[in-house]
Amino acid sequence: MISLKINGLNVSVEEGTTLLEAARFLGFPVPTLCHTDGLTPYGACRLCVVEIRQGSKSRLVTSCTYPAEEGLIVRTASERVVKARKIIIELLLASCPQSKTIQDLASAHNVRRQRFRQEYEDCILCGLCVRYCEEQMMAKAIGFRGRGENRSIGTPFDVPSDVCRLCGGCMYVCPACQLRCTYTEPEKAVCGGCANLSPPCIEKEKFDDMMCYMDPCVACEIKKD
Amino acid sequence: MKRENIIDIVDKNYRNNGGIISILEDIQKQYSYLPAEALKIVAEKTNRSLVDIYGVATFYRAFSLKPRGKHLISVCLGTACHVRGGPVVAEEFEKQLNIKAGSTTPDREFTLETVNCLGACALGPITVVDGRYFSNVNRVKVSKIIEKARYGLDKVEIGTDQRIFPVEVSCPRCNHSLMDKSFDIDGHPSIRVTISFGDTHGWLRLSSLYGSYSIEQEYKIPLDTVLNIFCPHCHADLTGASLCPECAAPMVTMIVQGGGVVQICSRRGCKEHMLDLM
Ligand code: FES
Ligand code: FES
Repeated sequence: MISLKINGLNVSVEEGTTLLEAARFLGFPVPTLCHTDGLTPYGACRLCVVEIRQGSKSRLVTSCTYPAEEGLIVRTASERVVKARKIIIELLLASCPQSKTIQDLASAHNVRRQRFRQEYEDCILCGLCVRYCEEQMMAKAIGFRGRGENRSIGTPFDVPSDVCRLCGGCMYVCPACQLRCTYTEPEKAVCGGCANLSPPCIEKEKFDDMMCYMDPCVACEIKKD
Repeated sequence: MKRENIIDIVDKNYRNNGGIISILEDIQKQYSYLPAEALKIVAEKTNRSLVDIYGVATFYRAFSLKPRGKHLISVCLGTACHVRGGPVVAEEFEKQLNIKAGSTTPDREFTLETVNCLGACALGPITVVDGRYFSNVNRVKVSKIIEKARYGLDKVEIGTDQRIFPVEVSCPRCNHSLMDKSFDIDGHPSIRVTISFGDTHGWLRLSSLYGSYSIEQEYKIPLDTVLNIFCPHCHADLTGASLCPECAAPMVTMIVQGGGVVQICSRRGCKEHMLDLM
């Protein structure tokens, strides 16, 4: 057993427990985006930052990937943490404002402005779908491709994968695409009615700028020629 | 693209504890790009999923999924080269070859790409053509570089190139000279050995110029064949115990007259060679 202190409370956890699990065990809320029970932690979104004390210094770490250490002092809602979290949400808003999950996070954390260049990405590269496909479905139909600003998620060569079983799990876990159907104007979410089961990675090129993957969309009946 | 060939490459690299990258490097070396089919075979043979292989192949700039031209021109646009005028050089290449960076000329001669730092910043702007570095490149040098590449950078100028010199060799077993004065290659007496591969036996003459790869052969030897090489006098097998560091084929040993040994790779097309003078 490892004992550590979270927000002033002593807690003993088993070796290998992450700070996130320990904090949640004590009932302290820590927001997450790229973390889901049942998938290995990945540390992509940085939203779960907490502050840990090391000697006379303190440091921000991602709690979903940081294992509990003996005698560690952790704070989950210090001023520094809150500030960092807000910036992260602001950056998420800058890249993917149409996501319901991100909008909810923004309102829950009282983020009222977005000072960066506005973009409308349809993917925040959190890797949830990749891990879901690999770890829950044992399929590995989709994965990361490219590097840097060209990094993307999809099937090899952008053709339907023959190991994909069309389970739709990738869409289920995706925090960016619950409101996929935004017609041709990304600022206006039109219907959001396409809870369809055709995984986005497959039909992507066809509907490119429309961010809609249904052919045709049953809700809005827009068909792209 | 031959399926067996790719399987060979995978096996060879696995035998030498190579990883995915070295497999992909070898494939790219042979085909100048990574054919989709090849990636599928690699995935299947290494028991990995195609996404993993594809991820690696798209992660590194050095790999290309599109067929490339005969000559690859990489213009450095790293920070140092950028401030020293790299973009102007890139533009000039684009203009002269009439293609955009990242594409290949319609005649499949040149592929132009931009890269981020080639590790020789002090000499920038740097351009690398077929592995050869050109430093302080400017607009004026561009056409010369293209011309040189077209002529072939591997061609050596005998007589003026310092790296080229003749060696005289003999058989390590019977000490008979292997030089053939009646047959010149590159203007020098050639080295004659007998070879066999598969059911074929015949002679092979090599240039005696160290650094030149010119050969004459009795039968056409397919690229990549590993040859058995014998002394024409005592018929001793010249293949030594060491393996080629490039391709793991056995190295062939010959004695240099005057002291020393020279080793050449027995794989047709592999250019690995070593010279130890005593
Ligand atoms: S939840 Fe920890 S980094 Fe995303
Ligand atoms: S920036 Fe061009 S070689 Fe480093």
